[in-house]
Amino acid sequence: MEQKENVLEIRGLRSCFFTEKGVVPAVDGIDLDIPEGKIIGLVGESGCGKSMTAKSIMGLLKYPGRIADGHIWFDGQDLAHLSEKELRNVCGKDISMIFQEPMTSLNPVLKVGRQVRETLLVHDRGMDKDEARRQVIDMFERVGIPEPEKRYDSYPHQLSGGLRQRVMIAMAMVCRPRLLIADEPTTALDVTIEAQILRLIRQLRDETGMSVLIITHNMGVVAELCDYVYVMYAGKIMEQAETYELFDHKAHPYTKGLLDSIPRIGKNPDRLYTIPGVVPNLLHLPEGCAFSNRCPNASERCRSVKPELREIGKGHLARCLNCARESMEPRLEKQSESYENTPVAAELPDAKNAVSAPGMLGNLSTENAAKGGGAL
Amino acid sequence: MTDETIKNTKSGNGESEILLQVENLSKEFDTGKKDSKIHAVSNVDLEIRRGETLALVGESGCGKSTLGRTLIKMLPATGGRVLFHGEDITAMSEKEFRPLRRKMQMIFQDPYASLDPRMTVRNIIAEPLVTYHVCANKKETTARVLELMQAVGVPTEFLDRYPHQFSGGQRQRIGIARAIALNPELIVCDEPVSALDVSVQSQVLNLLKDLQQQYSLTYLFIGHDLSVIHFIADRVCVMFLGSVCEIASKEDIYAKPMHPYTSFLLDAIPQADPHLRNEHRQVLTGEVPSPVHLPEGCFFHTRCPYATDRCRRERPALRAVKGRQVACHRAEELEL
Repeated sequence: MEQKENVLEIRGLRSCFFTEKGVVPAVDGIDLDIPEGKIIGLVGESGCGKSMTAKSIMGLLKYPGRIADGHIWFDGQDLAHLSEKELRNVCGKDISMIFQEPMTSLNPVLKVGRQVRETLLVHDRGMDKDEARRQVIDMFERVGIPEPEKRYDSYPHQLSGGLRQRVMIAMAMVCRPRLLIADEPTTALDVTIEAQILRLIRQLRDETGMSVLIITHNMGVVAELCDYVYVMYAGKIMEQAETYELFDHKAHPYTKGLLDSIPRIGKNPDRLYTIPGVVPNLLHLPEGCAFSNRCPNASERCRSVKPELREIGKGHLARCLNCARESMEPRLEKQSESYENTPVAAELPDAKNAVSAPGMLGNLSTENAAKGGGAL
Repeated sequence: MTDETIKNTKSGNGESEILLQVENLSKEFDTGKKDSKIHAVSNVDLEIRRGETLALVGESGCGKSTLGRTLIKMLPATGGRVLFHGEDITAMSEKEFRPLRRKMQMIFQDPYASLDPRMTVRNIIAEPLVTYHVCANKKETTARVLELMQAVGVPTEFLDRYPHQFSGGQRQRIGIARAIALNPELIVCDEPVSALDVSVQSQVLNLLKDLQQQYSLTYLFIGHDLSVIHFIADRVCVMFLGSVCEIASKEDIYAKPMHPYTSFLLDAIPQADPHLRNEHRQVLTGEVPSPVHLPEGCFFHTRCPYATDRCRRERPALRAVKGRQVACHRAEELEL
């Protein structure tokens, strides 16, 4: 993906909540690139700072949160240092966002068509209303809203969750943005509707060549949709790689823990792997690596030295002192071959390490992790 | 524990006994308008066997939570009956039912809404014990509360804390401790892990499985995440618009779904493996019809690509096909 130009570049972004109890570094110095036409995933559990990152881009941080440091480069402009008025020309037009809960993001007392039209009129003052209406209906049709003419005059409560999310997407798309930020776009939806919306996002990307930043906690959504993934934990990027690389050669213990704790059809062990402990309070982060208090193979050094992101493979970075040696191991789920004949694991040089029975996923990964830790 | 009796009956013979039998159960809600009702649950037949986990799956609004609540009499049924140990509980008065209530408990979805913010953990877990006069005195109650906290993995030094001082996962554990306090036989778990983060979700799922073994519990597990269901369930019941599409063992249903809806549901889950990405797979179009105006014939025919004239006219009954139950006219002929 190097040949593609980056639409957005985040450099050293720090966004903090300035509270009475202290400064909470919700986003703690992250670098993130969004290349043209790519779908980028930002995953993590609640409170890891993924939504804060999106809000920082859009200038939507609310008191007591604000950007403390860093740059957000878009089109030669640093969004982190634009005034609200200047930001308004970019956000909503060139960058737009869809939110998790479509009901709370739509105004309940205005017809949806009018709400979408408003976006157009705000960003293009010269446009007349009939033309705007035509474009909105056109966009409704493209996002798969049945009977767009009729739906134009519907109120949000008259639409189902899936349709509301389509309206939100239409609103985000109507100005033909270059970057779409989707914050948990399918979390509130049912699986069949989720599948529809994910497909729609990919289809719109293919048609318009826009870039997409998907923020989610669902590894399934990432695997399904993204080209490149950033894994976030306690305000920092823990690991980043292209999607296949990440899932096949996950290196960071946190990524491993996350992936192993997901129940999977056809490969469920008797017990699921669990990451011990809980997400640390951002005010009292561990001394060294933020994950060191939950990491199965944390060493003394991990507890005292803050690790930096290191390149451990092509385009694959991890923030861990110890994980490098495990990085090129083949993926642990070699047994998945028998289920859905994936050729990848077999092509790898030392596939012998990955031999295991189905259902051993959880145990195996801890064993491997322990081995890796011991060896270092 | 006082569960020895349960264990004995369970180990009796191979085919485990039926704990709860649901016959033709319906639940309608008034809409406030004349001649218009919400048909939340329509003519459901199913059975729950002792010691198993039966999962109820379906999209939101398909009536799975209503069914879960109706069959433990948290909501009155409007038709049909529920037999618990062979006794018809739907016809019982509240007073008659009271001794049975403690045998059926519930774990709720939202750990933030299901605990009273003004009660301490001690009082929350002790409430059922006090209501049913289980313990002779306060000292005994506290001892039992501590025992329960240990069983679900909440540190006992947090006895006098309030719910807001806990994380979502720990709150869910407190809710679970409350549910098992009276040694129930059946627990209805209404989406107990949907509100939790992935890493916490796996902890709670493991806990539920452990407790089931330890206390010989029977679960009715309501959920929409088929990967979670695959981990926890023994049998799966798929619902659509208030009626049952398919009931089968976990192995059968995941290996070869027989109802088109089951097949679509399974296909729709985004798998946490990019190698399983399938950009051309079938995605179910359309949305769930309104439960106020039920479609004629098979409820699923409006979204079903295999629907025939018969499906549009005649509602398929749940029938036994190859060792499972399916409500589809074309179950045998379809290659899903």
